Amino acid sequence: MNTIYMFLETFFPFDIIQYDFMKKALLGIIMITPLLGMLGTMAVNNKMAFFSDALGHSAFTGIALGVLFGVKNDLISMIAFAVLLALIITRVKSSKAASADTVIGVFSSTSIALGLVVLSIGGRFSSYSQYLIGDILSITSTDILVLFICLIAVTIIWGLIYNKLLIISVNEDLAKSRGINSMLIENIFVVLVALVVILSIKWIGILLINSLLILPAASARNISKSSRQYMVLSVLIALVCGIAGLITSFYINTSAGATIVLYCSCVYLITYIMRNKK
Amino acid sequence: MPTNNGCGLCKVCVSHLSVVRGNETILNDISFNINCGELTAIIGINGAGKTTLLRAMLGEIKHEGNVSFEGHDGLVLSKITIGYVPQQFSFDKSSPVRVSDFLTASRTNRPVSFFGSNSSKYNVHESLKQAGSAELAGKMLGDLSGGELQRVMLAQALYPVPELLILDEPLSGVDHAGCEQFYDSIENLRKNYHMPVIMVSHDLQLVNQYADKTLLINRDLLFQGKTSHVFASRQFEQTFKSGGFKL
Repeated sequence: MNTIYMFLETFFPFDIIQYDFMKKALLGIIMITPLLGMLGTMAVNNKMAFFSDALGHSAFTGIALGVLFGVKNDLISMIAFAVLLALIITRVKSSKAASADTVIGVFSSTSIALGLVVLSIGGRFSSYSQYLIGDILSITSTDILVLFICLIAVTIIWGLIYNKLLIISVNEDLAKSRGINSMLIENIFVVLVALVVILSIKWIGILLINSLLILPAASARNISKSSRQYMVLSVLIALVCGIAGLITSFYINTSAGATIVLYCSCVYLITYIMRNKK
Repeated sequence: MPTNNGCGLCKVCVSHLSVVRGNETILNDISFNINCGELTAIIGINGAGKTTLLRAMLGEIKHEGNVSFEGHDGLVLSKITIGYVPQQFSFDKSSPVRVSDFLTASRTNRPVSFFGSNSSKYNVHESLKQAGSAELAGKMLGDLSGGELQRVMLAQALYPVPELLILDEPLSGVDHAGCEQFYDSIENLRKNYHMPVIMVSHDLQLVNQYADKTLLINRDLLFQGKTSHVFASRQFEQTFKSGGFKL
């Protein structure tokens, strides 16, 4: 850890980096943002902005279920519920019984309501409100390690399924004719999104996590000319906005998650103008 | 039924193929053979089961009866490589995917998002050339015209080199020049690789011009044979007379 800290001190010439919590926060951001930028590319391609929003909201029910069943680590109950919800939504969506928007809307509002009802029993909700906006400064070394393992694992799985996801996103019939099991690949993808969204919620907040998944990819898409450019730009935008947002939030004393998202919004605006100028 | 096999690669035999969905019979007892190097067209009115027939041949939907592939020595091959060109489809045109990205992604698991795409690898360039669209490699998928997109889809179907090429209404909505370019590529493939081609089409003029054999179906197989024979048949007239088709 000390070596990493020294490394950070050399590369980030800000006096705030001398605080240990700031170093940890910075490491956390360096783990989270590339993940969100990477998965965001396909979430935007497949028009899943609303879907990932619903996953974020499901965190409330996840925490609530954890409280009900006495699960000590609320991360486990949150992930379990989000993964379950992601798989159910994908299933219902593919049966085409109702429009995807409606299906996701129903699940999203139900899981918020259920979570709020359970958590507000006896007026205890205020102790959970930290999840709404998140707090990256409270991240611990163990959390960083978990995020690091997640970053490695998700990147490997992502590499394995990316080409198949790309073909599916262009034409599902074609994917099937090439022997791609589109249901399996899509399920793997939504589980990855659920995992990453939930792991980041404590640090970024339920209200903003979706913006951090969608905005970098949407910005990169405005100016990219190939699949690689798209992903590289999306990851870079997420990373740069993440670091800039964190440092800025320290100096002007604001919520880190919200400041990062504001940076992302500015980048989106700039790329949008760049695209329209062409 | 002619069974001579020009190049001796293989013959596709469909025998007594039926598809039933719920209580509805979508295809009833269809039998035909496709020989190597032949272009066989499937024609019929909307809802006749043309696309369903292709899906059954691809093994994507449950069916009764048998689809088998014979080698030139008369032995039955358990599996062959089928190239499939889908119908004109809509997709997200603003998605940043280059033609070479798409083709590379369909040929390898090496993620194009990390390593990019390289037209000289994985036969991407050769396939595009065979489909008459070598110049499209660097273009974005969303910027292609209807005809160009279908030629890219054709290039996609050419690797691994297919033993049977299936085209599902590849050119509905494509302008005339685009159609001709597409068929020229198909002609080349048939001549140079003796590839059997099966195609669903609504465009009877083009079928008449390019197809060797034609199957006229409406859930049942109404008539099959040489295209000129099919077009002269009573069944053909009954099927299409309301459309006022004139050759």
